[in-house]
Amino acid sequence: MSLFGHTPDGQGPRTPRPSAQLPWLALIAAILAVAAFAFAWLAGWIGRDRLTARHFADTIEAASPDQRGFRRAHSKGVCVSGWFEPSAQAATLSSARVFSQPRVPVLGRLSIGGGDPHGADNSARVRSIALQLTADDGQQWRMAMNSFPFFAVPTPEGFHEQTRAQVPDPATGKPDPQKVAAVLEKYPSARAFQEWAKTAPWSDSWANTRFNSVNSFWFTNAKGQQRAVRWHWQPQATFAELDADARASVGVDFLSDDLQRRLADGPVRWNMVVSLAEPGDAIDDPSIPWPDSREQVVAGVLSLDHMQSQEQGACGQLNFDPLILPSGVRGSDDPILAARSAVYSQSFNRRERERATGAVAQPKENAR
Amino acid sequence: MSTRTDHFNLLARVLHWSMAAMILAMLFIGVTMVASLHLRPVLIDLHRPLGIAILLLVLLRLYNRLRHRAPPLPADLPAWQIMAAKASHWMLYALMLAMPLVGWAMLSAGGYPIVLWDGLQLPPIAPHTPLLYTLLRTAHSLLAYLLFATVLMHVGAALFHLWIRRDGVFQAMAQGPEKRGTEEVNYK
Repeated sequence: MSLFGHTPDGQGPRTPRPSAQLPWLALIAAILAVAAFAFAWLAGWIGRDRLTARHFADTIEAASPDQRGFRRAHSKGVCVSGWFEPSAQAATLSSARVFSQPRVPVLGRLSIGGGDPHGADNSARVRSIALQLTADDGQQWRMAMNSFPFFAVPTPEGFHEQTRAQVPDPATGKPDPQKVAAVLEKYPSARAFQEWAKTAPWSDSWANTRFNSVNSFWFTNAKGQQRAVRWHWQPQATFAELDADARASVGVDFLSDDLQRRLADGPVRWNMVVSLAEPGDAIDDPSIPWPDSREQVVAGVLSLDHMQSQEQGACGQLNFDPLILPSGVRGSDDPILAARSAVYSQSFNRRERERATGAVAQPKENAR
Repeated sequence: MSTRTDHFNLLARVLHWSMAAMILAMLFIGVTMVASLHLRPVLIDLHRPLGIAILLLVLLRLYNRLRHRAPPLPADLPAWQIMAAKASHWMLYALMLAMPLVGWAMLSAGGYPIVLWDGLQLPPIAPHTPLLYTLLRTAHSLLAYLLFATVLMHVGAALFHLWIRRDGVFQAMAQGPEKRGTEEVNYK
């Protein structure tokens, strides 16, 4: 029986006898079933124990208070805007238009770590900034940086284990200390991160906080030279420590109150400092910091001069996916970078739906 | 030897099989990219240019389809199967056209830059609002599932013609008319 045989009209029997049709019908059914099964598996509808972006976002939600209408991570923050002015050296690093254009408009968001959209600023160890630089050729560069100097875990699977350990135990209403300890035991970088969190001094403002891109990227300049880089935003404002006693006395919104006061006196500024990798530096592992001795180039200055609530401002409706990059910059193979992109997209889809339908988390009155 | 065209013309056949590969790839890339924690960056860089390529090709394909008569279906095909064939073919055309446009509009409504590849961007075609983004994002998924289901039915029907009915319907898309008369297919 030939796979591709056919009989023209009027020349003998058109179809096989019914009994001979069965194997062919079975083959057709098998082909369709395999395709449908593969589709469902890749979509994450079957084999649900596999870690998907949806699964990850669900775990974050389980570990957090009501987040409807807000980001699933670093949920509390404010929108900011201003501009970026590249330095003369910037164009030697990357051909990105934002590094050669005199002044680039910036939309951004300053935020605190944690999943509570109405959380207390004085309880958040981690702070963060997200930026969108839009060049005059229309290309965008979105980036998201944190106050910690390295990521606590090297892989998305480790990140998920860490998040899952924070899901409150139904019996106690608190994370299970054994699960938290198991993550620390498994990942040396998580122990180093905990040490950083305990010992590094807290600054008293977003404006004097250094924000680090712990993920690496590749810059390509006009000559086609490529360099692996990380960058940080070095505040121009002087560092001032907020010690434990001071933290107990400041208000839950002290960071936005402080920023408002500072902006009344003029823009707040950060220098973009780009570190260039040396051979052997961990490019695809954000849990390993690079030595401070790496060559550094100041690529420009960020000035922020306006602040708005995230409900009113433009940042609420932006996904600061760190892999939205202009020509001249590309992401490294860091798996955390890919996972951030995937989970941010889930977070964005969920909060846009909630904002569209008006189902938005409200602050608890008694907590304020 | 007949001069009648009982096969789709060469352009139709080339477009059919190349777009079949592209659309199947797109459906699998799409669901994988949304679910995977690792593959999204690689796959999304394929998804957008492939989607725009399909949009351009389907316009050419529609033009060709409207200018050239399709080979008639066998005269003894039951009426419901003729109906199903016509409905599913127009459904496929509608979805091939709608999917890239909905995707493009969805990215616009989400405030995303529509990057095809390094340095090449398309302009937004819809306003940036949460409601429109949510509607288009949902539509993009649901239409993709509908397209996948329609493609499966189409493949099932094509193989039914090939292996059960053996009536030359599959060959009308799979091969050109043969020059040396004896195996010429004729539905009349």
